[in-house]
Parts: sequence; C-alpha cells; structure tokens
Amino acid sequence: MKYMLLIWNRPGFVEELSEQERAALFGEVDEIMKELTESGELVGGAALADPSQARTVRLSGDRPEVTDGPFLESKEQFAGYLTVDCDSPQRAAEIAARWPDVRRGFGALEVRQLMDDAGTEM
Amino acid sequence: MTSREIEDLLRALAPQVLGLLVRRHGQFDAAEDAVQEALLAAAVQWPEQGVPDHPRAWLLTVATRRLTDEWRSERARRDREVAVAVREPAYALVAPAADEEPPAGDDTLALLFLCCHPALGRSARVALTLRAVGGLTTAQIARAHLVPEATMSQRIRRAKQRIEAAGARFAPPSPQDRHERLPAVLQVLYLIFSEGHTASVGPDLHRAELTAEAIRLTRTLHGLLPDDGEVTGLLALMLLTDAHRAARTGPGGELVPLAEQDRGRWDATAISTGIDLVTTALTWSPPGPYLLQAAIAAVHAEAPSAELTDWRQIVALYRLLARIAPNPMITLNQAVAVAMVDGPRAGLALLAPLDDDERTARHHRLAAVRAHLLELAGEPGAARAAYLAAARGTTSLPEQRYLELRAARLAGHAPVRRDAPGTGG
Repeated sequence: MKYMLLIWNRPGFVEELSEQERAALFGEVDEIMKELTESGELVGGAALADPSQARTVRLSGDRPEVTDGPFLESKEQFAGYLTVDCDSPQRAAEIAARWPDVRRGFGALEVRQLMDDAGTEM
Repeated sequence: MTSREIEDLLRALAPQVLGLLVRRHGQFDAAEDAVQEALLAAAVQWPEQGVPDHPRAWLLTVATRRLTDEWRSERARRDREVAVAVREPAYALVAPAADEEPPAGDDTLALLFLCCHPALGRSARVALTLRAVGGLTTAQIARAHLVPEATMSQRIRRAKQRIEAAGARFAPPSPQDRHERLPAVLQVLYLIFSEGHTASVGPDLHRAELTAEAIRLTRTLHGLLPDDGEVTGLLALMLLTDAHRAARTGPGGELVPLAEQDRGRWDATAISTGIDLVTTALTWSPPGPYLLQAAIAAVHAEAPSAELTDWRQIVALYRLLARIAPNPMITLNQAVAVAMVDGPRAGLALLAPLDDDERTARHHRLAAVRAHLLELAGEPGAARAAYLAAARGTTSLPEQRYLELRAARLAGHAPVRRDAPGTGG
C-alpha cells in the first residue's frame, strides 16, 4: 500500500532555531530517510520552496488568473511530502509520528493513501 | 529459440541453479545475487550466441564464478596485507556430471519456504519470491509494483539480510514446517495473483504479468505437492478467476461485474482445467478454504448466465467455508449468494453483524455489497447512499468509477443517510 505523507508546518520556523536545534532537526530527517531507503519503503518525496515563492492559478471569470502566494492563507503551509510503500496503515502512521515536525510540534503530517489502478471483481 | 522462449527457460532454471548453489556454498544472500547476475549475462549472450548445450550447467558455472569472485574481493578487502591463495573450486570450471542430477523440485520448494519466511513482512516476501523463485529481475518487479528500482533492490537486499539474521536454513521443509508454513506460501502466491488480477489493460500490462507469474509458480508448486488439496485448490481458483480476464474490463478499462460479463469471452481451456482440478481434488482432499473458493468459482464457471447459476449450491459451499474458515470478507460474498436464493432481505440480515466487526465496519466492500442488496430490495435512495459511501472508501480507481456509476444510475432518488446525525440512530 502506498501512502503520501504530507508535511504541513509554519513557514520560516527553521530560521528561528539555533544552529544546534537545526542540526538535530535535519539529523532526524536524514536518519528516517536513511532507514526508509534501506528498508525499501521509500518511493519518493520532495521539499517545496517557501510559500512566498508560490503562485496560484484559478479561474477568474472565464479565464485562468495567476496570483502570487499560496492557495490558502493559513498558519501552516504545505512544505513537502514523501511517498512510502509499506505493509500497513499503522506503519505509515508510525513513520509520520517520528517526523520531527510532529515530534517537536512544528507542524503536522497528513497520511493519505494513494489510489490504485487495480481493483477486485465485483 | 525466440527471446521469449529463452526468458521462459531462464525463469524455469533460476530456482534450480540457486538451489544448487546454496546447497553447495550456503550464503543464500550472496548466491542469490550471483544467480541474478548469471541470468542477466545469459539474457544478453544467449539470444546472440545461441543457447548453450547445457543451459543449467552454463548458469551454474557463471554463477559460481561470480560467487568466488565476490569472495575473492571480499577477502582482498579484509586481508589486504596478507597474501591468501584462494583455491578455485574445481566444480566452478566444469559442468556437473550427468549423474549428478539434483533434486531440483526439493530445492524449489525449499526456496519458496525460505522466501516466505515468517521474519519477513508481506511485501518483502512477495518481492523475494518473485526474484529468487520466479527469476524476475529487480527492474521487472519494481515496474510491476510501480516503485523505483532502487527501492525494490533495497527491499530485496533487506529481506535477504533478515532471513540470514533469523538463522533460517536452506533445507527442504520438514513435514511439520510444511504444515505450518504452507498457508503463508499460498498467501504470497495469491497476493501476487491478485496484484496483477484486474490490471489487464492500458498502462498496467506489467502488472498483468504478475497474474501469469503467480499461476506459473503455483503450477510448479502443484507439480511438487500434487497431493495437497489446498495447493490444487489455489491453482484452480487462479485459473478459474483469470479465465474472466477478457470479459472483466470494458473498452475504457472499466470494471464489468461478474453478472454482466459476456461469458462467451471467458477462456474455455482455463475453465475446463480449473473445473477438472477442483472436481478431482474434492474426491480425495478434505475441503480447505482455497479448494472451497475454487469450487464456488467452478459453479459460476459452469453457469450459462448469472440467473441460471446454481446459487443453492454456492450458498451451501459458502456455509461450509464460513464454518471451516470464518472470515467477515467471506460473509460478504455469502450474503450476495443468499440474496439470490432467499431474496435481498435475507442477504442484508447476514450483513448486519459486520457493522460491529472492526475488520469490516469501515470497509468499502461492506458498503458496496449492502448497496447492491438495497438496490435489489427496491430501496434506491439507501442504495445510492451506500454506493457513494463505498466509492469514498475504496482506494481502487476502477472500483471507484464503477461504484460512482451505480450511484449515478440511481440519481434522482434522495440519498437516505442511515447514520445521519440528529436522527436518533
């Protein structure tokens, strides 16, 4: 089963951390990524640029309009994702629970199952 | 030989060569890598230079050489300062004698049990079985599972390490092992089968190959254990299910339910083989879960249409199945069959307890079956609500499209929320 773990956190929170805290934070991320790589569970992932760099495209009248900034003006923003392929939803939640944004309270991870092209006969 | 024939030959030889290598040298992990390299070398050389006279001996020689090369470099790394003469084992240079015919079947069986070792998770068992027993390349397995090759390669490496760490030995399973662990082997084969099962069109052809691979491996296992009713049952179940392949999806890749399939497009050969297997096995084997499911599939296969199906017999088989292997997912299917005999209300009554079973309470299949029975019972509003709930619950795109379509056909009937807040439910 494949899951996408969506990382939501407050933009710019890393800037407020001390050097030491920052090193610890990225160390934790590296450690989890290493573990998921070695276990053969990591499918992919990416970090997103700061939301200040975002542009949102939506229909305005009868044509798409491009505006600066993210889709939602919320405190927490979508910061990145990783996709994992693991044996149970519990395992996916366990990975999410270990992500530093969750452990240190900087944000939350949303665990979403990916849709599949296969299906059972009905 | 065509490259397809060469591939078939290589895949058949893969577990035999691996078995020989592991029996001689131990080290399942390293031996498996060596065999994989030998297979790749053969896949490149044989189509150009022709298939050698003794293909298995060729593979064994190349794999052994890779293995000894690996040992040499390993040694060189460890004992850089010390000159160590590594004696080339004589058998690395010569083909095995003709009278040294190995019990290839026992090796394949031992490999299957090793790959389905209890120390491994489900996806690791599947990946390792496909590679070590099925002879598929890591790239092929990765493509079939829609993950990067590096991910699959790590998964296989980790699985092999786990097996070594668990102290598993490469040996033909003892009768007790066989009894205890055969269900896990059958489950892995069934899992491989269902992963490919409905992906029969469009971009998912690679996954459809998994179905063929599962049938091939199960046929091999059936050849090794012809007296096992469950192995026979699983093979029959796969053949009878796969026989629907051409009729199961519409032109746009949409699911066509069993009741609406054009039975003229079913694979008659696969069906007659499947029915023969089931019918014979039922005369000598106690009915196990796979054999009973195969028997149910056989009754469906014999019917000229959904209406003319012997539903009474299917209900009886489900009742037996529910007794020997109680499982809420079986109750779901049983409810459909009961509805065909005793009417949709009787089927719905069977579903009621599943609302309190945590394995099914939130499962989309429960909502989907309930929707179908409510529709039959003449409650389009409630049926529509249940179809929509099922559509939200599934993670399969074709299923979701199918369920939404069923709901749309009932549009105009106000969906009745059975569990709507404030209704005192």
